[in-house]
Parts: sequence; C-alpha cells; structure tokens
Amino acid sequence: MKQKFNVITSSCIPLPLENVDTDQIIPARFLKATDKEGFGDNLFRDWRYNKDGSLKKDFVLNDPSYSGCILVAGKNFGSGSSREHAAWAIAGYGFRVVISSFFADIHKNNELNNFVLPVVVTEPFLKELFDSIAKDHKTQVKVDLPNQTVTNMATGKSEHFEINGYKKHCLMNGLDDVDFLVQNRDKVEAFEKNRKTWNR
Amino acid sequence: MNTLFDKIWDSHVVQIVKDGPTQLYIDRLYCHEVTTPQAFQGLRQRGLKVFRPQQVFAMPDHNIQTHDQDKPVADPVGRKQIDTLDKNCKEFGVTEFKMNTPENGIIHVVGPETGLSLPGMTIVCGDSHTSTHGAMGAVAFGIGTSEVEMVLASQCILQQKPKSMRISINGTLKPGVTAKDVALYLMSQLTTSGATGYFVEYAGDVVRNMSMEGRLTLCNLSIEMGARGGFVAPDEKTFAYIKGKKYAPKGDDWERAVAYWKTLKSGDDAVFDREVTYDAADIEPRITYGTNPGMGIAINGTISTLDEIPESDQASFKKSLKYMGFEPGEKLLGHPIDYVFLGACTNGRIEDFRAFASLVKGHHKAPNVVAWLVPGSWAVAQQIKNEKLDKVLSEAGFEIRQPGCSACLAMNDDKVPAGLYSVSTSNRNFEGRQGPGSRTILASPLVAAAAAITGKVTDPREFM
Repeated sequence: MKQKFNVITSSCIPLPLENVDTDQIIPARFLKATDKEGFGDNLFRDWRYNKDGSLKKDFVLNDPSYSGCILVAGKNFGSGSSREHAAWAIAGYGFRVVISSFFADIHKNNELNNFVLPVVVTEPFLKELFDSIAKDHKTQVKVDLPNQTVTNMATGKSEHFEINGYKKHCLMNGLDDVDFLVQNRDKVEAFEKNRKTWNR
Repeated sequence: MNTLFDKIWDSHVVQIVKDGPTQLYIDRLYCHEVTTPQAFQGLRQRGLKVFRPQQVFAMPDHNIQTHDQDKPVADPVGRKQIDTLDKNCKEFGVTEFKMNTPENGIIHVVGPETGLSLPGMTIVCGDSHTSTHGAMGAVAFGIGTSEVEMVLASQCILQQKPKSMRISINGTLKPGVTAKDVALYLMSQLTTSGATGYFVEYAGDVVRNMSMEGRLTLCNLSIEMGARGGFVAPDEKTFAYIKGKKYAPKGDDWERAVAYWKTLKSGDDAVFDREVTYDAADIEPRITYGTNPGMGIAINGTISTLDEIPESDQASFKKSLKYMGFEPGEKLLGHPIDYVFLGACTNGRIEDFRAFASLVKGHHKAPNVVAWLVPGSWAVAQQIKNEKLDKVLSEAGFEIRQPGCSACLAMNDDKVPAGLYSVSTSNRNFEGRQGPGSRTILASPLVAAAAAITGKVTDPREFM
C-alpha cells in the first residue's frame, strides 16, 4: 500500500456523474473482510456487474477502449459513508489518482492515507477533460506531485492543485501518519498532564 | 473566531505540524466490527499496543441479526468480523459491549445514553454518523480505518482544521414536524455537499427547544450535508440528560464538569466562516424521492421537473429517478410502499418509538406492508417495555425486533428486495443501501408510522 508517488502520466477512466457515494464505490455487503485485500474486484460492484455476476456492458470499467490509472469523476466524489474500504477498492483496482472538482472530506483523507492522490481541479478544467476523453478515449493526463500540477495532454491545459507540504512529503517518501504520531507520543504525554481527568 | 468549535478544537491541539495538519488529541474512540479489524491488524504488524485503552470503547452493531441474538450470526463472514472484534478487544485491553448484552446497541445510541459522550470532548469513530454525539456538545466526527489506527496508536489524529458554520433555525415547528424533517429540509436547501469542509453549530429557537433525542437526530445527519460534524452547545437540558448516567462524572467531579460545560458556548462576538438562517414555518413533514438525502420534498410536494434542474445535474437526476421508478413532476402522496423501517442511529431512540406508537395507536398495520421496528440499543428496548409501548405496537400489528443497525445498511438479513419501496427512518437513500435494488424513501418516525398503517406515502397529520 505504501507506494511512493512522484509523476504519473496515464490515460483515464471517466465517470461523469456527480455525488458518487461510497456505497456505490463499494456496497456494504462487501465490507465484511478483516484485511485490506481483494476490494478492487468489487469496485463499483452494482454498476459494473449484473445480479448473475455477468458484466454490465454499458459501464465504463467494462469498456475496453478505456484504460489507465487515473479516475476522473464528477463533483462531490466519495460522499456518504466513511468506509475506507472505498479507498482500498480504488487502490486495489489499480487507480493511483482520482481527479474531481470536489471531494467529500472523509473519503479524501482515506485516499491520501492509501497513497491514492485526490486532485481537485476547477469545474471548467474537469468539463474540458471529460470532453477530451469523450473525443479520444486514450487522452493522457500528467499528474506531477512535486510541482503540484495536473495537465490535460490533449489540450495542453495545466492547473495547480493543493496538497499540504506534510502530506506531499509522506506520499513522495512512502511514509504514513501512524509513523509520525508514534514518534510524537512524548508530546501527547506532555499534553495529557495538563488535562482535566473528569472529562476524558 | 471565538466559536464553540474553536474553543473545543483549540483545547485539543497537541501541535500543528509544519506545513501540515493539526495533531489533535482525541478523548474518546468508539470501535465497531466493520471498520476496525484492519486498524488492530496494523498495530500488530507494527508491534504496537493501544496507547490509551481506557479511552476506547467497542461494540459490534452493523452485522448483528435483529432476532435470536442468543445464537451466533448466521453469515460466517459477518460472524468473523464480530469474533475478530472480540479477539482484538481482549488482546489489546479495550472495553467491549458484546452482542446480546444489556449495554450493547448501535454505538451512536449507546455512547450518549451511557454518559460516555460528554460536552467538550473530541470523539471519533470509523463511522460517518459519529457526528451524532455532537448533540452532547462535543466535537465528534467520522474517520477512516487508517485514522482509527492512528488513534489506537497515539490517542491523536492528524487533521486540517475545518471551517466553522452556524445554522440557525428560528421560530416554532408546526405540529407533525420533527427533528428529522428539519434535517431533511436542511439537506435539500444546502445539498449533500453544501457543508463539506465545515463543522456546523446548530442554533436558534428550534434547536434550543428540541429534546436531546431530537438534537441527536439532527446532529446525526450533519454528514448528509457533507459537514465534518455538527453539534449543539450544551445547556441545562444536556446536563439533565447526562446526570446519573453510568459513565458520567459523579460527586465533586460532576460539579466541576458542569461548571466547565457551562462555559462551552460561542462568544457573542463569534465569527463563523459561514452563517445561514432558516424559518421553522417553512418546514413541513418531508420525504426523499431520489438517491441522495438532499433529494427531498415536503410530503405533499412534487418532484422537480427537468427544466428546474441545472444542466450539469441532469444526468445524475435522471439516473436517480429511473432507479427509484419516479417521474419528474410527480407527486408522491398516495404512492404505494412495501416496507417500513423504524430504527438506526438516526431514529432508533425512545422518543422515536413513542412518536411511532402514538400515531399507530388504535390503527392497524396495512396487510401488504412489512414493518421492521428495531430499537437502537438494549436500553431503548427495555424502556419500550417499561412504557408499555410494546403492547400498543403489538395491538396495532407490529413486532419489535432486537437492537442493531439492521436495515439502515442491510449488512445483516434485513434487506429490502429489489424494486420495492421502503419508507425508512434511517439516514441514506443511496442506490442499494437497504439491499441490492431497494428503493428508499427517507422520512421521520411519524411519516413512517402513517405509511405503515395505510400502505402508502401519507401525511401523518391526517392521523393527529
């Protein structure tokens, strides 16, 4: 899971729907595992498969003309349930980047904690990217984490995206927050000394 | 500036990481069986112990069957999650309220009712409805499993400080309008992403006059507007609710606690990043018609027509209505329904059962309706008996099941079949939420009760 992240150039899988909730990314009946493996098989399960397990031909993941490790989705991606299984499913399927104009808070953190980079772009950039992909399914996008830029290679249009310096460092070096917090336990102990005990 | 959110958040800051997030101290971590196995496994792989086990409380709730809980969960995969939670709690020294014991129930019902969730606390759980505990005057929010592991390992979490927002609802609610309707109204006004990035303080006459149960319902649904969490400043009602609860402060500690809790309010000069105000008179009993909780209307209203929807939203809107089997411009009053679900962390408390019982009293469940009445905890189940509501409900043809999350997300056997309609007091009407292909209409316990006796979408005021 701790995959170091730098520059990624890839074609994209477009999902031009808004408010894609984490119940769609991975339905609750697939949350019963006690490890992090295998969730990619059930990514977008009910949009991707019929009841009998056969593929739904009209869903984008089943269209062989699309490929790549970048998912491009409509605004408010990952709303609803906090299930990190959604991020495990996205990472497990092989996505490294999700591009949208807006992410739900918890899901965004979950992606970052699994070394999947959520890239927030403007509405016009997103719309143009969907158009580019519709025209040419092989449209490439370059995501440059060190320089914090995302580029639609079809139009050459580029945008800056935000990520805090700490998290960027973590992603580029394969470090996670637990490592950091455990190193800082002494600060927690010092903090606790000044706490009121009845309110803990 | 100087909001209650600032006060609670700032008093829990251990440090601000350079170019990064805040290291926030967490008073209480709740664990359930679905979102914690990988976190405990992470500790094991790193060779760590739980840092502050006495501040962590666990209970299984998602997979539990709502009948015959003296028997193990039938589904072997669900049972494994519950067994894994038992094993993890034992190994790491965490207190667990086990399945089929008097303290068990849905975490967001049990936390407040046992006095584990208190004013001024920071509370987290791997569950988006953790915002519920905000009703106690706490900063409570849902987190992912990696973050659960952080808290287990260090009693802290790394978070960007959210912005603050105050939502005031002024005036007096009309008869038949409940906290659930207020929340559904707010979601339709703000949309499901309208409060993303914010922590919400609920205020105004309506919130002040709301019961603790009502506030729990309101705060529960904060996430459905996208908010990180939502809370109500504690007041005398809060203190009265907490006093005497098992884990509440006692004796001198109680006095000191109340004195501190009384300081927990936004200053008169508080500045919020965003402030919105609504009028109670505009709120009717409500239902949803679509596949996100923001897609709602007044019970006697009509679904929007296509030309009322912005072009960019039309694809999602059409997909949603197709899934639900509704048409643009349709009125839903009188639409036949198949299932009714009373329960969940949203509406599984005693007041919800009182409301449901008051409406069905003297009537009978429609023969074509399957009704699942699921208390939020064993304590609620006991209170239902104490108040003899079980008798009222049984005379009206309803059976009370055993506590758990149940049909809210259908991880157990309580699944609504594909294509059928469920009027549900839960929190989400997402595609397949109550079972693959299920069609959920979110509503208050009163609206659910009216639908249960008529078999149709019905204005509960006809029975009041």
